Amino acid sequence: MDLELSESERAFRDEVREWLAANVPTEPLPSMDTAEGFAAHQQWERRLADARLSVVSWPREMGGREASLVEWVIFEEEYYRAGAPGRVSQNGIFLLAPIIFDHGTPEQQQRFLPTMATGEQVWAQAWSEPEAGSDLASLRSTATRDDERGGWVLNGQKTWSSRAAFAHWGFGLFRSDAEAERHRGLTYFLFPLDADGITVRPIAQLDGEPGFAELFFDDVFVPDADVLGAPGDGWRVAMSTAGNERGLSLRSPGRFCATADRLVELWREAPAGEGTDDVALRVVDGWIRAQAYRLYTWGTVTRLVDGGDMGAAGSVNKVFWSELDVALHETALDVLGPDAELAGTRWMDGYLFSLSGPIYAGTNEIQRNIVAERILGLPREPKGGAR
Amino acid sequence: MRFELTDEQAGFARSLADLLGRSDTVGAARAWTAGDSGPGLAIWRRLADQGVNALVVPEDAGGMGGNLVDLCVAHEVLGHELAVGPWIESSAYLATALTGAARDAVASGAVATVAVPPRVPRALDADVAEQVFVLADGGLAPAAVGDLHGSVDGTRRLFDVTAEEAGGASHTDAEAAFDAAALACAAQLLGAGERILEDSVAYVKQRKQFGREIGSYQAIKHQLADVRIALDFARPLVFGAALADVPVSAAKISAVEAAHLAARTGLQVHGAIGYTAEFDLSLWLNRVRALGTAWGTPAWHRARVLDVIARGER
Repeated sequence: MDLELSESERAFRDEVREWLAANVPTEPLPSMDTAEGFAAHQQWERRLADARLSVVSWPREMGGREASLVEWVIFEEEYYRAGAPGRVSQNGIFLLAPIIFDHGTPEQQQRFLPTMATGEQVWAQAWSEPEAGSDLASLRSTATRDDERGGWVLNGQKTWSSRAAFAHWGFGLFRSDAEAERHRGLTYFLFPLDADGITVRPIAQLDGEPGFAELFFDDVFVPDADVLGAPGDGWRVAMSTAGNERGLSLRSPGRFCATADRLVELWREAPAGEGTDDVALRVVDGWIRAQAYRLYTWGTVTRLVDGGDMGAAGSVNKVFWSELDVALHETALDVLGPDAELAGTRWMDGYLFSLSGPIYAGTNEIQRNIVAERILGLPREPKGGAR
Repeated sequence: MRFELTDEQAGFARSLADLLGRSDTVGAARAWTAGDSGPGLAIWRRLADQGVNALVVPEDAGGMGGNLVDLCVAHEVLGHELAVGPWIESSAYLATALTGAARDAVASGAVATVAVPPRVPRALDADVAEQVFVLADGGLAPAAVGDLHGSVDGTRRLFDVTAEEAGGASHTDAEAAFDAAALACAAQLLGAGERILEDSVAYVKQRKQFGREIGSYQAIKHQLADVRIALDFARPLVFGAALADVPVSAAKISAVEAAHLAARTGLQVHGAIGYTAEFDLSLWLNRVRALGTAWGTPAWHRARVLDVIARGER
């Protein structure tokens, strides 16, 4: 048992650290959920890609540098420590790309991955529907076969589609066989958001910016070339992204350790005042939990390197980081005192973002069900009881 | 970078668990509480034969030459199986603090105990110990044994002690010894928490109310899921502290919280049966309560972590 980095891992860390120190913008970019900020974040992705740092774990021919899992964690740690901009392309590179690598055709990989790596094409996820949230398999948007044109026609509505206000492409599930059992008969589609028949209606979030959108599909034609995986196999394909979203990939420990370190710094510099002791102990707890998350992740990495998989542990992970993120930000706001409520500060923006964590990527209630049923082995609750 | 137990460490844990699983530790614990130390001491000797008392003693001093990770591996099993006797005092504190012949005796399995006032004001099981020490004036002194005080955990028999002669035994590093003990205590809490969770899961799978297993209700599931999550994130702090990556105090705080959550939840999902002395769950519930404030209270450990981060050392 050890936590030592190898010589090549340390060299990689130093290179990343040096590059970030020289390149991270000194002033925070405008919110990625504004037109101006979106463009600025796209440019940042381009700079990362030019340094081969946008998708370090990917194959070289797709823009990566074949970094190991340990190196990926190191990259993320350095990235957040440097206070680098949020990743506007994260839905694509973290959620969709693993699926394209596993289920996409070589042609799809060539067509979609390199432009995703450079931020030229930004992707939006389209999972939820007005009547299908936690119960995703109840989704109703349809795909109808069009043999004449060699593809499918999409109809229906998606919602809470992150980044869709400004993104270029979307990915999501549609019901392609109305007769099949609800987890079957779903197909995974990729579609340009400016396709004929798609209407994007941005929705302002708690911070007032349109971080997500509703998507309306009115006879949208999608060619067979843009179906990911086999028709009817969409649920199985999509569940591997759901695992990625709540597992390791999006929530690298670097993010929470960097936040905890900034919190400690904020607290150290704050003047002593009323309730200082109470806040101090919450700072301690936040710092400890961030360390727990970092160490837990190294354990996960070790198991993955040994050939294990995340399994349902991704749900353990997701509940912990999402609640930690809220706690760190709430504590920081309490340290800030009466100024905490001021809009547009880094802590307030981070706090508002943290509040979405326990909801997206599968609510924490769903995650606790998964922990209880798949890890503890408790009996499933009878579903859809008689009314 | 390998943050997992080695095969050897995992094997050691399994062999200790097997040994204790065959030893009726619960029977020994109940006898110990009643003042009969025979079964408990027989188990002590079996564990000593496995080298548990000598884990952190260097090889050239006749020990196992292990590290704090090995110590945590062993103590997690001791907590899981409810071992009785001054294990933290002997195998963690004194095995670290003592030198020379006194350490040789501890390493070879002598029952030894210690008080470290003010945080550990009494010596556990001093009536059965061959050696009793107290930390006084910065040195470990042999101690005279005074009055017995009962603990909420009946297996923890606490004795007043007074130094017989200051500095009568040599010692190396009292702070390192205290940290080893606090870490062993954290590992025991982790093991106890895991045991309570296992027993609670087994119980809610078979107990039926309103026509189905109570473990199928979300109200039960979510509580037990939170215990699973708390234990899963306390464990890396315990082993991270064993590798000196985080302060021992962080591990102790986290292990106390996770074990306490396991205990409260375990009691709640068992209902009234869990509240009885006869049902074995009670032994673990009271153990967790007692260890929570042993070897430094959570408040004291928090203040220690605060001190570390306030100075910007981490």
